[in-house]
Amino acid sequence: MVQVNGDAKSDALIQVRNLHKTYTRGNESIEVLKNLNLDINRGEFIAFMGPSGSGKTTLLNLIGGLDLPTSGSIIVDNDEITKISAKKLTDWRARHVGFIFQLYNLIPVLTAFQNVELPLLLTRLSRSQRREHVETALSIVGLEDRMHHFPRQLSGGQEQRTAIARALVSDPTFLLCDEPTGDLDRTSANEILGLLNRLVEEFDKTILMVTHDPVAACNAHTTLHLEKGILMESSKTECK
Amino acid sequence: MNNLSLLLVNFRRKRVRKILTVCSFAVALFLFGILAIIHDAFYQSIEVAGADRLIVQNKISLIMPLPYSYREKLKQIQGIDLVSFGSWFGGVYQTERNFFMQFAVDTETWSGMFPEFIIPPEQWKAFTEDRQGCIVGQGLAERFNWKLGDRIPLKGTVFQGVWDFNVRGIYHGKRPSDDTTQFWFQYKYLDEQSDLMRGYVGWYYIHINDPDRAVEISREIDSQFANSPFETVTATEKAWTAAFIKQFGNIKLLLLSVGGVVFFTLLLITGSNMAMSIRERTGEIGIMKTLGFSGKRILFMVLAESLIIAVTGGGIGLIMAKLFAMRGDPTGGFLPSFFLSSRNIVLGLTIAILIGLGAGIIPAVQSMRLKIVDALRRV
Repeated sequence: MVQVNGDAKSDALIQVRNLHKTYTRGNESIEVLKNLNLDINRGEFIAFMGPSGSGKTTLLNLIGGLDLPTSGSIIVDNDEITKISAKKLTDWRARHVGFIFQLYNLIPVLTAFQNVELPLLLTRLSRSQRREHVETALSIVGLEDRMHHFPRQLSGGQEQRTAIARALVSDPTFLLCDEPTGDLDRTSANEILGLLNRLVEEFDKTILMVTHDPVAACNAHTTLHLEKGILMESSKTECK
Repeated sequence: MNNLSLLLVNFRRKRVRKILTVCSFAVALFLFGILAIIHDAFYQSIEVAGADRLIVQNKISLIMPLPYSYREKLKQIQGIDLVSFGSWFGGVYQTERNFFMQFAVDTETWSGMFPEFIIPPEQWKAFTEDRQGCIVGQGLAERFNWKLGDRIPLKGTVFQGVWDFNVRGIYHGKRPSDDTTQFWFQYKYLDEQSDLMRGYVGWYYIHINDPDRAVEISREIDSQFANSPFETVTATEKAWTAAFIKQFGNIKLLLLSVGGVVFFTLLLITGSNMAMSIRERTGEIGIMKTLGFSGKRILFMVLAESLIIAVTGGGIGLIMAKLFAMRGDPTGGFLPSFFLSSRNIVLGLTIAILIGLGAGIIPAVQSMRLKIVDALRRV
C-alpha cells in the first residue's frame, strides 16, 4: 500500500524522503516540490493527478533519475539514486526504469523493431538475443506484425504501444508514464490502459503514471493528488 | 541494428541538406586536390632536383648561350665528375597549342647525368645511331599517341625550317613526380643543320662527387669565366629551379590563401548545418539519454555523424581530383608533372576529418551537456 508520509524503516521499492525541488528563473525561485515523502511497493500502479504546475512531472523526473532534487533523498530498490554520480545514474536508469511519454517520442528514422531495440544497444546481449527480447516485447504489446513499420506508418495507439515495448524490453524495475494517453482517442487510450494493467497483473510491474484524465486514473490501484508541490493523502481509486 | 547502423540511419533525415553538405565537402576537397596538384607541379621539381647537380648558365640570361669549348674547361675543375649540356629548341608540333619542351642533348653524357629517367638500353643505342633520332617521355608519347618508329616533324621557331625526328626511345621516370613530357634529340643534329648555335650550347649540367662542395665548386666555375665575353652563373639544380619558379610570383601564398578561404567557408557551412541538424533532434537526444545513452556516447555519435559527412564528401572530392589528374596536364604542357600524390590524398582526408571534427564539436558538446528535462521540454 502506498504511504504518503513514508516510514523511516520502510522496505518499499521506492522511498522518497523530505524531497524538495526548487527551480530558479532569473531572480525568482519557484518551489515545485515541498517536503515530499512517499513509499511505493513493488507491483503497485499509482496515478498522480493535479493541476498543471503542481509538480507531477517533476516528481516523476526525480524518481526516474532524470533530474536531481534540491534536497531530500530517493531510494529505489536500496539504491540511493540522489547520491550516485551522473554516469552511474545513467547506467542505473538504463537498468531499472522504463519511460513512456505522452508524445511517444519514437525515433522517426527507426522502425518499430529498431526503436524497441535501442535500449538493448547499451547491453552486452548478442544480436540474436536482442532480436528475441524485441520480438517478445512487441508481442506483449500486440505489434509483432508491425515491427518493420516506421513510426509514420503507425497509428497513435500503435506508436504508444511501441513506446511501451521499448520501455519494457530491458525488463525494468518500474515504469514511469507521463500522460501516456494524453494524445490518444478514447478507444486507443483504453487499449493502452488495458495494456498497462496487464503489465501490472501478469508481469508484476510497478507503474507510476501522471495523468489529467480521471478515466485513466481509474485504472490505477491508487491515485495521489499533488497541489502546489504538496502530496495529498492517497486514496484507493474508485470508479463508476 | 548496431551503433554504426544507428549512425547511418541518421542520413535518412533531411536528405537534401545532407547531400548538399556532402557536396560542399566534395567540391572543397576537389579544389584542394587541384590546388595540391598545381602546387606539386611547380614545387615538385625542386624536391626531385638532384642535390649533386649544378646548372651553369650565361650570366646575362638563360636564353644567352655558352661556348661549347667550356665543356673541356669544366671537366678540369676538381670535384666535377661529369659534364653534360642541353639547348632549348622551341619547335612547334602541328599547332602552337601542343606545347612541350624540346632539348638538344649530348648523347654521350645525358643518360649518365639523369639516372632517374629510365630508357631501355637498346632504345638508347638506336637513338645514338640515328642522327634524327629522338627520345620522348612516356607522358608525351601517350599525349600524342606516339610509338617507336614514328616520324615527328617539328616546325622550328628559333631554328628555322621543318625538322624531322624518328622516335627511337620512350623514357619513364623512377618516381611518379618525374617529368615524362620532354623531347630529347641529338645536339649534333642541331649543330650540323643550323648555323645559329654552332659552337654554342644553351647551358651546362655538372655532376659533382660531393654535394657538400656545391657552393665552393659553383664559385670556382664562375670565377674561371669571370671577365670573359660569356660570364657564367652557377647554382645547384634545386636553387636554379626555385629561382625559375619564383619568376611566376608567390604561388604558394596564392594557393594557401585560396585553400584557406575555401576551408574556412566549409567549416562555417558544415558547422551551421550540424548545429541545425542537432538542434532539430534535441528531443530525440533527450530520449536517448533517458534510455541510458551517456553524454559521452552522444558526443561520439554526433562527432561520428559529422565525420561520416566529412569523409564521404572529402573522399568523393579527392577521387574526382584523382580522376581529373589521371586525364593528364590540362594546360597543354605547362604543368608536366600533373598528378595527385598519396601524400596529398592523406593530407586532404586529414583536413576533411579536422573540419568534420571542428564542425561537429560544438553541437556535440552541447548535446553531451544537454539536460534531459530541458530536452524533453522541447519535444
